[in-house]
Amino acid sequence: MDINVTLNGAEHSADVAPRTLLVDYIRRTAGLTGTHIGCDTTSCGACTVLLDGKPVKSCTMLAAQAQGAEVTTVEGLKTAAGLHPIQSAFTDDHGLQCGFCTPGMMLVGAALITENPNPTEEEVRWAISGNLCRCTGYINIVKAIQTAAARSSAASESTSETNGS
Amino acid sequence: MTAPTTPAEIGGIGHSVQRKEDARLIEGQGNFLDDIELPNMLHMAILRSPFAHARINGIDTAAAAATDGVVAVVTGELMDQHGLAWMPTLSGDTQAVLATDKVRYQGQEVAAVIATDPYIATDALELIEVDYSELPPVTTPQQSLTTDAPLIRDEKEGQQDNLVYTWETGDKAATDAAFAAADRVVSLETHYPRSHPAPLETCGVVADVNSVTGQATIYMTSQAPHAHRTLFAMVAGLPEQNIRIVSPDIGGGFGNKVPIYPGYVVATAASLLLGQPVKWVESRTENLISTGFARDYYMKGELAVTDEGRILGLRVDMLSDQGAFYSDAQPSQFKAGLFHVVTGSYDFGAAHVNCKGAFTNKAPGGVAYRCSFRITEASFLIERLVQNAAYEVGIDPAEMRLRNFIQPEQFPYETPTGFVYDSGDYPTALRKALDEVSYFELRKEQEAARAEGRLIGIGIAHFTEAVGAGPSRTYDIAGLKMIDSAELRVHPTGKAILKLGVKTQGQGHETTFAQIVAEILGIPATDIKVEHGDTDHTPYGLGTYASRSTPVGGAATAVVARKLADKAKKIAAHLLEAADQDIELNAGVFSVAGSPDRSVSIADVALAAYTNLPEGMEYGLEDVTYYDPPNLTYPYGSYIVVVEVDPDTGTWEVQRMVALDDCGVRINPMIVEGQICGGLTEGFAMSSMQWITFDEDGNCIGSNFMDYLVPTAWETPKFELLSTEVPSPHHPIGAKGVGESATVGSPAAFVNAVIDAVAHLGVRNIDMPVLPDRVWAAIDSASNAAI
Ligand code: FES
Ligand code: FES
Repeated sequence: MDINVTLNGAEHSADVAPRTLLVDYIRRTAGLTGTHIGCDTTSCGACTVLLDGKPVKSCTMLAAQAQGAEVTTVEGLKTAAGLHPIQSAFTDDHGLQCGFCTPGMMLVGAALITENPNPTEEEVRWAISGNLCRCTGYINIVKAIQTAAARSSAASESTSETNGS
Repeated sequence: MTAPTTPAEIGGIGHSVQRKEDARLIEGQGNFLDDIELPNMLHMAILRSPFAHARINGIDTAAAAATDGVVAVVTGELMDQHGLAWMPTLSGDTQAVLATDKVRYQGQEVAAVIATDPYIATDALELIEVDYSELPPVTTPQQSLTTDAPLIRDEKEGQQDNLVYTWETGDKAATDAAFAAADRVVSLETHYPRSHPAPLETCGVVADVNSVTGQATIYMTSQAPHAHRTLFAMVAGLPEQNIRIVSPDIGGGFGNKVPIYPGYVVATAASLLLGQPVKWVESRTENLISTGFARDYYMKGELAVTDEGRILGLRVDMLSDQGAFYSDAQPSQFKAGLFHVVTGSYDFGAAHVNCKGAFTNKAPGGVAYRCSFRITEASFLIERLVQNAAYEVGIDPAEMRLRNFIQPEQFPYETPTGFVYDSGDYPTALRKALDEVSYFELRKEQEAARAEGRLIGIGIAHFTEAVGAGPSRTYDIAGLKMIDSAELRVHPTGKAILKLGVKTQGQGHETTFAQIVAEILGIPATDIKVEHGDTDHTPYGLGTYASRSTPVGGAATAVVARKLADKAKKIAAHLLEAADQDIELNAGVFSVAGSPDRSVSIADVALAAYTNLPEGMEYGLEDVTYYDPPNLTYPYGSYIVVVEVDPDTGTWEVQRMVALDDCGVRINPMIVEGQICGGLTEGFAMSSMQWITFDEDGNCIGSNFMDYLVPTAWETPKFELLSTEVPSPHHPIGAKGVGESATVGSPAAFVNAVIDAVAHLGVRNIDMPVLPDRVWAAIDSASNAAI
């Protein structure tokens, strides 16, 4: 069947078997391998992508269910302006070790701070509780998401000040 | 902490340099095994046994083979025609690659389908008909060693029973004498349950054998690519020069990616036969049910103590559940790994350990899960025993430890089991951790809380690890000595490439190993590329596990950098027209002693190494070193956990977790702390929720992340980290290794805390994981006993 999605801002279409999982569409059909697979029971979140801005586990949906939607993967976080604040915060706060959980964690974090620009530690921990990390003990992931939130709010405040003046 | 000696822009030892590996990983540009796509690549799926123990009467593959898109179906019979139905394990046993006679555990590999698409390969597994006759399963090591237990390894010549090995260490007579002299004997029986490292990325392989040239390029999730190349040469009979193992980015290893698994061998054989690349990536279920389990030791420990709380001796009797094949990844002389470290941080004269291993109808493995070979089990046992001894003698558990510690002036200290601890200051470490939690205040609060019916517990663990295997006189795996290597090339522009025998799985070697070179040669760490994982492009080594990278590979790096510094000084002397011995090297600047304005930089010297040499010197600035460590290193730590237990439900919550680690010199404090936080989380996991069990039919419970519980950010406690820094006297930069300390040390601290909360009721043990129902039952039976 024909799948048409907006993948990281660009139109992407392909003819795939109806049973193709979204994660396989992203990884194998579109060749974007930053989205990972860590389990077969929707437990680990390594496959997390944003579907119309909301985190979903792409191993548990069919590509067909994403028909017409906007899909953002880790490869779509960086823009012409540079790294997304969540990406630089993960490096600065040592929020990754092996890096396998990192794309999913960053996407959940990015979605969280869009919705809640100033999340508490508890809110961050709850938001990422569908994503497993075996390396970091989470502490620096939480820190990185909060750093990104603080930097994003600071940046948008300074933009609004500039706009206001 | 020692201050760095290099400026931040050089980024030598002691700087929290940002990780070089991050740039690709945060943009989704890592190259993990499953990301590898080769032209004409086929996909493999494995059919596994649903039974724990059954005879195979026949396998019908016709329907699967006839499926569109299926290229081949491989069975044990086909593998046998090529002499590959069985393979040697890392512990001198043999393991079935694809079962021919019997299946011996649930999840064992029975057949493989190779297809053009992974979905097709998986579908076709359903079409394979296997005719099994079920046999009675052996599901515990205790049952395994009874006389009427079914024989699991009936194919093994001379094997009459299910005993794998017996092993002992220490001095039995001296230990018996110590026990005879003791005022009391404190004993503890506990099971360190079966666990699984479960790195977030599962294991996998892409085998690419060129049938014309014979070149075999094998991409593999490998923690030990060089050792794997040699073992592949031995197993598959391929000439070693034609084998290239490439271990790409690895999504965590923790010991899981040390062994060679049947899937790797089948995929390689299939690629050889079909002349096309073959990819196999485990599912999570396959990972949990068939590869690399860890622990599973039934331990009985006894401590001989005096009424003053002095430890006189230790006696341990253990039984390990090895699964169906003895495939422990460990140095060959050590049947129960480095369990010798069970005497812990304490100074006493006698110990004796006796251990048996038994075959059962469970997956083989016995990997060192974030642990230097059974050290986790050993540390757990001694730290649990010492706490119980304190209760029996009637002194505080902290005081009990302080009374028995090996003192700083006793190092190097030889233990009754023959280890020689290199350095340490245990009393300072424990006192610092005690101060941090205001320990004696906390004890008063605990008393007050008890009076109100609240259960607060304080658990201490003061562990000593033995890592960095190891000296060639004692340590080898499958005959290969446990040395490691580093090759350093400084280019004419003063930039460098460092090639390692070890292989990162997230530990940050690309950063920290560059920092070692930066420290010694003054080349900025950012200008040093670190290469690892590709056997065609790196020098030989035994790989990364057992916290051996920094102790062995890091030492090799320091030594090779110093060799180049010596040559560079001679070149600098030539450029500065000074005597060799007058040249001083500081942060990349070579100057003449006494006249610091006469100087050249490392970049000047590097260029001269290829353009302008002193008479008789060979061109180039590069070298390679193989490092054979003179001893293991012995990191240690003092961990304190405070919990509150709910008496009505048995749930417990961590209120504080203070972890003091002494791993000697810290190359990159940020990375060290990251390693510790990860390790503490895995220790918390094992003490609270993470284990694999089996039902009476040998079905694996814990075959997926819904049954095998690993903590999320929500459950994981917050950690407070402290440090002291006593360098290793024999390591070239004084570092000891840290990747596993926290997993080794923390389970006893968590469990001790829960026990401490209910110790006044008479509870002395709750096995791990300390699940709420177990806590509740312990409280309940203690209360009933009191009535
Ligand atoms: S791979 Fe999707 S949740 Fe684990
Ligand atoms: S960094 Fe390895 S799983 Fe999170």
